[in-house]
Amino acid sequence: MKVLVPVKRVVDYNVKVRVKADGTGVETANVKMSMNPFDEIACEEAVRLKEAGIVTEIVAVSIGPAQAQETLRTALAIGADRAILVETAAEVQPLAVAKILQAIAQAESPQLVILGKQAIDDDSNQTGQMLAALLGWPQATFASKVKIAEGNAEVTREVDGGLETLSIRLPAIVTTDLRLNEPRYVTLPNIMKAKKKQLDVTRPEALGVDVAPRLKTLKVEEPAKRKGGVMVKDVADLVAKLKNEAKVI
Amino acid sequence: MATLVIAEHDNAGLKGATLNAVSAAQNIGGPIHLLVAGSGCGAVAAAASTIPGIEKVRVVDAPHYAHPLAENLAALVVALAPGYSHILAPATTTGKNFMPRVAALLDVAQVSDIVAVIDADTFVRPIYAGNALATVQSADAVKVITVRSTGFDATAASGGSAAVETVQAAADAGMSRLLGQELTRSARPELTAARIIVSGGRGMGSGENFSILEALADRLGAAVGASRAAVDSGFVPNDYQVGQTGKVVAPELYIAVGISGAIQHLAGMKDSKVIVAINKDGEAPIFQIADYGLVGDLFQVVPELTARL
Ligand SMILES: Cc1cc2nc3c(=O)[nH]c(=O)nc-3n(C[C@H](O)[C@H](O)[C@H](O)COP(=O)(O)OP(=O)(O)OC[C@H]3O[C@@H](n4cnc5c(N)ncnc54)[C@H](O)[C@@H]3O)c2cc1C
Ligand SMILES: Nc1ncnc2c1ncn2[C@@H]1O[C@H](COP(=O)(O)O)[C@@H](O)[C@H]1O
Repeated sequence: MKVLVPVKRVVDYNVKVRVKADGTGVETANVKMSMNPFDEIACEEAVRLKEAGIVTEIVAVSIGPAQAQETLRTALAIGADRAILVETAAEVQPLAVAKILQAIAQAESPQLVILGKQAIDDDSNQTGQMLAALLGWPQATFASKVKIAEGNAEVTREVDGGLETLSIRLPAIVTTDLRLNEPRYVTLPNIMKAKKKQLDVTRPEALGVDVAPRLKTLKVEEPAKRKGGVMVKDVADLVAKLKNEAKVI
Repeated sequence: MATLVIAEHDNAGLKGATLNAVSAAQNIGGPIHLLVAGSGCGAVAAAASTIPGIEKVRVVDAPHYAHPLAENLAALVVALAPGYSHILAPATTTGKNFMPRVAALLDVAQVSDIVAVIDADTFVRPIYAGNALATVQSADAVKVITVRSTGFDATAASGGSAAVETVQAAADAGMSRLLGQELTRSARPELTAARIIVSGGRGMGSGENFSILEALADRLGAAVGASRAAVDSGFVPNDYQVGQTGKVVAPELYIAVGISGAIQHLAGMKDSKVIVAINKDGEAPIFQIADYGLVGDLFQVVPELTARL
């Protein structure tokens, strides 16, 4: 069976982002960009399913600027077989991303789409669920374990109270949580191989999707800074401060 | 127009986060209806009807709502959507799971994790692990919103007397099924509702060592949380994780023990009223946001702290 893995190019998780002085967004010029960490986990899971003989083909998809080709090359180096870039310089919000992925899913007919649970830039946590709705497919979000058997997927999910396991009918949507797997390091030979793999480029218009944003960002601000605190010299001092100064115990 | 708030519950009791979502709905203005979808959830509906400021509780009681499966819950909410200008749910793992489905089926954007309401169309939400706050305006006819509990004080749970109305169930989609649950049992308060939280990180070294934090938590009546590193290492269950991609908490007192203070962790706790950091590394970034920092070995400091309380 075929698996689709959408991967987003985001500001690297180690970067301390700065809000632009004019309040229109965060500084992304000259900032390290990487694949969204949850999407790396998604790629890894797809590759493991392929190594287990369950999956036959992995198609990575990214929606974004020309530079998102680098993100797709990373997916190919992890082990995706081919890639599709839906190129646009515009900001594409989750509903539009889901519509683009719907069009690609309809053309590619995958049995499974594995997405990240959340992009660490917009922190939306929406796209997978929206794609499932648009396709009319079941979903299992925040996965920490995926088992495929007989036209179903058995997925363990990380939820507020602990863990739960669902059985969902295929084709289906899965979104990854942190504990699903530990992505492999990409090796130099695999990076070289990835350069030769097929990467097609299309555009949202070619897929008939209007990407006009539904949410208008009026301003982006820095959150209030916490005032610097004090260092206490020992436990007795700490207890005294918590009792008499902070009055929280 | 009215706002529909989707109640979160376990068929026995209402979850606290519902009260924060109601509070966000009050900030939007207009009548508020509460949807209680469950199975054998009469007690929840009765409790919900006493929340002041609710006009109507709409109850749907059917076996296929026993567990909040996204496919079924979303289809129900979409069927009830006409007539509402806003649909709100708590930004819990349940709300995050089914609400984007509702939004997509209504062909509208979702506004995730709002922390403030500016007006009926305009909301504030954190992005980039809370390192920036975006004010966003929605042009959609229906606003589908998830509410971050720490942004809104919980409304009162009793004193009101809303009408309770029974609503027809939607069809069972039959696409997914709950096979089992492994819920973390604890006598301590729930993380997101606790007044005091004691959290441990990789510095704890092992799951067994968490017993010293538990002793401290018991003394303080606190909940126990953790960093991702502590969860990934298997010291504690996944639902202990505080952070950008775990739980967001804002207790009166947050005690971070053996946690370095990565931005992803800070994203989940930096709105706590008082932060205490205990770390053996005086350079650890957690000290930059702590009100009270103590440099020391947690294996000495924590038992001593417990003894002195
Ligand atoms: C996509 C993504 C999402 C993430 N989401 C989250 C999230 O939601 N929540 C989260 O917490 N992290 C998250 N992280 C991980 C985050 O980046 C950090 O790796 C993590 O928070 C580190 O945990 P830690 O502070 O326990 O471990 P470390 O950074 O290893 O720090 C351990 C600390 O313990 C101290 N220590 C060790 N021994 C002792 C001792 N005996 N006494 C006192 N102090 C001691 C050390 O000095 C050190 O400061 C995420 C990362 C990614 C990439
Ligand atoms: N522009 C994009 N290109 C490819 N995949 C995306 C894009 N945006 C979101 N996704 C996928 O959707 C997931 C959730 O993103 P979000 O809903 O924005 O938090 C990500 O982890 C990706 O798997």
